[in-house]
Amino acid sequence: MSRILKTSILKNPPEVLKLWFSLRCLPVPLSVNMARPLPFKIAVVSTVLFVVCTDFVFCNSGRRVGDVMDTEFSGFSVPLEHSFEVADVAKFRVRGALMLKAGREPSVSLTQSQLSEEDRAKLKEVAAVDGLYRIRVPRVFLQADRQTERQMEGYLTAFVRACAMVESHLSDVISLHIDVSGYVIGVSIVTLPGACRGTEVEDEVDLEVFNTTLSVMAPVNAPGPETALFVERMEQESEKKGKNPQEQKSFFAKYWMYIVPLVLFLMMSGAQDQSGGGAAGGAANGGGR
Amino acid sequence: MKVEHVSNSFFLCDPSFTFIEVVYHSALQGAAPSNHYVRRKHVDFRLPPFLEEQTKATAAMAKLIWFCLKCILLCSTIEAVFEDQVGKFDWRQQYIGKVRFSHFDTHVQSSKKVLLATENNVFASINTRTGELFWRHVDMTGPEGNIDALLQHGQDAVLVVGDGRQLRSWDINIGGLNWEIVLDSGSFQSACLVGYQDTVKHVAVLKKTVISLHYLSNGHQKWIENLPESETVDFQAVYSGGNGEVYVLGVVPHSHIAIVAYSLDDGEIIKQISVEAPWLSNIQASCVVIGQGMLTCVDSAAVSLYTLDLHVQSQMTQIPLQSLGLEATPGFQPVLVSTQPNPARPPLSEFFLQLGPEHHLLLQLNSGQIVTLRDFKPAMLVSFATPGEKTVAAVMSPKNKTACSLNLFSAESGRRLLDTTLIFNLDPNGGKPEKLYVQAFLKKDDSVGYRAMVQTEDHTLTFIQQPGRVMWTREEALSDVVTMEMVDLPLTGTQAELEGEFGKKADGLLSMLLKRLSSQLILLQAWIAHLWKLFYDARKPRSLVKNDVTIENLSRDEFNLQKMMVMVTASGKLFGIDSKTGTILWRHYLDNIPSNAAFKLMVQRTTAHFPHPPQCTLLIKDKDTGLATLHVFNPIFGKKSHVTPPALLQPMLQSLMLPIMDQEYAKVLLLVDDQYKVSAFPSTKNVLQQLQEMASSIFFYLVDSNQGKLSGYRLRTDLSTELIWEIVMPTEVQRIVSVKGKRPNEHVHSQGRVMGDRSVLYKYLNPNLLAVVTESTDLHPERSFIGILLIDGVTGRIIHEAVQRKTRGPVHVVHSENWVVYEYWSTKSRRNEFSVIELYEGMELYNSTVFSSLDRPHAPQVLQQSYIFPSSISTMEATLTEKGITSRHLLIGLPSGGILSLPKMFLDPRRPEIMSEQSREENLIPYAPELLIRSEWFINYNQTVSRVRGIYTAPSGLESTCLVVAYGLDIYQTRVYPSKQFDVLKDDYDYMLISSVLFALFFATMISKRLAEVKLLNRAWR
Repeated sequence: MSRILKTSILKNPPEVLKLWFSLRCLPVPLSVNMARPLPFKIAVVSTVLFVVCTDFVFCNSGRRVGDVMDTEFSGFSVPLEHSFEVADVAKFRVRGALMLKAGREPSVSLTQSQLSEEDRAKLKEVAAVDGLYRIRVPRVFLQADRQTERQMEGYLTAFVRACAMVESHLSDVISLHIDVSGYVIGVSIVTLPGACRGTEVEDEVDLEVFNTTLSVMAPVNAPGPETALFVERMEQESEKKGKNPQEQKSFFAKYWMYIVPLVLFLMMSGAQDQSGGGAAGGAANGGGR
Repeated sequence: MKVEHVSNSFFLCDPSFTFIEVVYHSALQGAAPSNHYVRRKHVDFRLPPFLEEQTKATAAMAKLIWFCLKCILLCSTIEAVFEDQVGKFDWRQQYIGKVRFSHFDTHVQSSKKVLLATENNVFASINTRTGELFWRHVDMTGPEGNIDALLQHGQDAVLVVGDGRQLRSWDINIGGLNWEIVLDSGSFQSACLVGYQDTVKHVAVLKKTVISLHYLSNGHQKWIENLPESETVDFQAVYSGGNGEVYVLGVVPHSHIAIVAYSLDDGEIIKQISVEAPWLSNIQASCVVIGQGMLTCVDSAAVSLYTLDLHVQSQMTQIPLQSLGLEATPGFQPVLVSTQPNPARPPLSEFFLQLGPEHHLLLQLNSGQIVTLRDFKPAMLVSFATPGEKTVAAVMSPKNKTACSLNLFSAESGRRLLDTTLIFNLDPNGGKPEKLYVQAFLKKDDSVGYRAMVQTEDHTLTFIQQPGRVMWTREEALSDVVTMEMVDLPLTGTQAELEGEFGKKADGLLSMLLKRLSSQLILLQAWIAHLWKLFYDARKPRSLVKNDVTIENLSRDEFNLQKMMVMVTASGKLFGIDSKTGTILWRHYLDNIPSNAAFKLMVQRTTAHFPHPPQCTLLIKDKDTGLATLHVFNPIFGKKSHVTPPALLQPMLQSLMLPIMDQEYAKVLLLVDDQYKVSAFPSTKNVLQQLQEMASSIFFYLVDSNQGKLSGYRLRTDLSTELIWEIVMPTEVQRIVSVKGKRPNEHVHSQGRVMGDRSVLYKYLNPNLLAVVTESTDLHPERSFIGILLIDGVTGRIIHEAVQRKTRGPVHVVHSENWVVYEYWSTKSRRNEFSVIELYEGMELYNSTVFSSLDRPHAPQVLQQSYIFPSSISTMEATLTEKGITSRHLLIGLPSGGILSLPKMFLDPRRPEIMSEQSREENLIPYAPELLIRSEWFINYNQTVSRVRGIYTAPSGLESTCLVVAYGLDIYQTRVYPSKQFDVLKDDYDYMLISSVLFALFFATMISKRLAEVKLLNRAWR
């Protein structure tokens, strides 16, 4: 049994999820009205979406075995290899094939076979001794035209604890990180849930099929100083002020009618006090003499 | 790198200050004086004269109350130092660097100045009596500010700067610039003063292809001439003997010498000759002019001297050294030293010939014959000096292992002058003497007196006077501090004794009792001694009681504000400096340090484990070969530890301190060699066992910036390592410029931020997070970028990846808590910009008890905002406090010499563009694209710190206080209070008032109680 998970990748991970969401689940126009990105809100929204989407993937991935080969795969494939050994010496074997589609919006999909019985036993064994489950992909360049230029020397590796892999029933999230020019610079793998609680996985069937979520992460464009917005806001404010000159007045200009009598009163009373005090003091002095 | 636990403690309100307050109160301060004026006027006008006295008193009273009120208001908010606080908590030391040229000011008798030009492009004048700076000029760093030559005439000093780019004349009395002119381009060769008929009016500058003559008075160019055949001939030296001619000497290596004589008046070539000299390759290294224009060269191959009269001869005369009865040390390039006391007259015919490292000869050219005047063996350093008419030669020769002796000899005859011996004691923790500068003067009885300035290998300048009194020393190595640490001072003897009692192992009831008794006896003794000292000191007048800091009376103060600064300098000299006063308490010179060494200083054991001495380890690594050595020492006394460090035979890749300790409380240092084998130091059985147990949770990473590779490793139980993750940046696109982790001693007190709606936004506090900065290799302003990657150091997971387009470095990064701040240059807008990234887990924590990198499946939320900064910066660091409760500031070293303390709250990606009720509740400042530099944020007020290269911050015992050391050419130490001194009572706190009120209340209670009792009794009787 083999399975393909397909994602089409845009520049920002939140958008990826959004698109995915709208494609597969609800054809609701979610990915609009983001003309003015408020980073924090995006982050919140994306987290919510992320949770929704992952759930969605989980529930569906088992059933969508049928629609395999999409026609748009004019890309190329590289092997995704994994290794889990009791002796902790990496021996990589092919886990599946990553189909990479180059271009401005690179996408990736994965064809992978299920684990053999022998492997399942071994994985459980490795998990028991707290070994590592490693994956690796060759270094590739997504923007090149020719096949020869695409693949480079060396591998990118990542790992999770084997017990986490077992306890999550082979549910892993693999991301390929690419840089500005389209080189794949790193791969990361996490399992969901990520913890090792020591729960026994009795059912062998749970360890048969990989439940993989795959994505390509491109670098985010870091924002520069927001001068335009700030200037706009300042202009708006000055316009507002210009409209009602009442508010433009300073504190003193507004409340002079209260302040002046108060000050006058204070001055008068202060002078009274002092002259009074002085007089009293003088009198006391005089009395003493 | 280890998976560490983060305690789940809460403190959700940071005591951060509100900046609006400051503005408000400073406005009030400005308005205050007019108030007084009005009041007094008023009083004068109203009152009859006989009541004036009382009025004055009342007015004064009123004034006082006003003043008090203002004081209370102002003191509570103002952050800058008061005038009387200057220098109370801070100090600055100014340095100049390794001396290249030095001239004593001789034009005035009894002058106190010495002019120094240094390798650090500094030109300074130093007081020879005290060693303090009169003035100092700091030029640009790098080759643009390089001082090529220093010539002194009268009260003018002429400098050639920047490979002959600029010619400057300084007034040496006040350090003012007389004039400056820009010379034509061309690489600088040599410069000399040109005199004629006993007056010096010109300076000649020789470059690769031209020679130019300038007036000393205004720098104007008198003439400039192209050098003939400059394509083939390598012109290297210029000489003038005061006869109206300027000689330029060039060489065609291994062929001939070319000599061109120019007329002083118009630059016309008078004479041009070439002389066969197939053995010569460099004139400056092997030739000098002596006597009446006699060019004298030394050739080590033929072991001979060659002489050539510049005026007449066209052939060199060979004088084999053997004919003079001399022998050269094999393998040593002989050196000639001559002197020309007055540029308007020819040089002396006496000169020094150095034949070996400790062998000098004073020779004389006498009517074409060379005569030996005196043979100095052993003699390390020689120098000429001219007090008045006669020239003397100073010779330094070793006396014994710890001292050298200096003697003066008459240059004419080679006779020793009487009573001129000076003993120079070598510092056992310093280097060997390297250069000798002599200031000779005529005493009243016409005998020659002198002082000497000795420069040693460790860049120390020592100024000595007869018969060997050290007048001052300057540790110029401190101008190039590479790394530093602050170490707590040890407890006092009594405190330590108490600590020690609990530290010792218990052997039984009786011995424990004895120990307790003995330690209490010691305590009693110390107390009595303290009382006696108090009594003794009280009788003495106050001025006599000095508390000098010495290594013996060092002890920790109440709030741990005084610490030992351990500084490592590029020359390989280590210093221990008292942070309170800046006194150098110990120094230690490590010889045979490679010139391109990289240093890493680590504190293995602090002073907290009393019977065991504190221990620091310095890793010195040769950058080329990768071979490393360890120097283990006690940071309080500077002594080398008796612990023998392991010999490191393999090139080192990485070193890391683990939080695990051996039985003697020394933290374990892991060293990874190029075979990826790990060795531990200390490597006792106990340590190895602990390592085996923890091996699977010890991770580390290596960075190879040449290949753009970041790789993670895990330790195995047999101390070998395994590669577990790998990230590769394509080197043709970008290169890794810096990798910043968090400081291991950093504490974060609050795990989240309270939002306006009272919910909590939790911080993503990953202790293993690395901030990796890359720069693009393409430097085109449209395509260049910098990349920021946040990578988990244990799992190698890329948490966040961002690019800042159309920017370039240099990038300065600070990584702390849950934020990364970096500064870069925007090529698009041509300005410096700051950017801040903050990471949050969200509204709930994934696992609130333990943080483990291996179990954080969700990526954090990333917020980022950028700002414009009006200045470029030199370095950046964040403040650090004991518990992390105090709000953070960024300390920014500016090229102008200021150190700016910028509150982190201005760099907060949650600053809203439009203020809402919630953000107001949260105390967020509305977003403004520009960060302003407020002058009250400069923590070093007017104490400019030149060329800041690093800022070091250390927590003190007070939560509010952070100790700061900025180092570069200067060293500046101060304290900062990012949230003000919220845990300290003010200096002017009114103890009297409070205690008297308390007492009064107490008595009032007593009295009223008594009265109540009486009343009750009376009622009972009724």
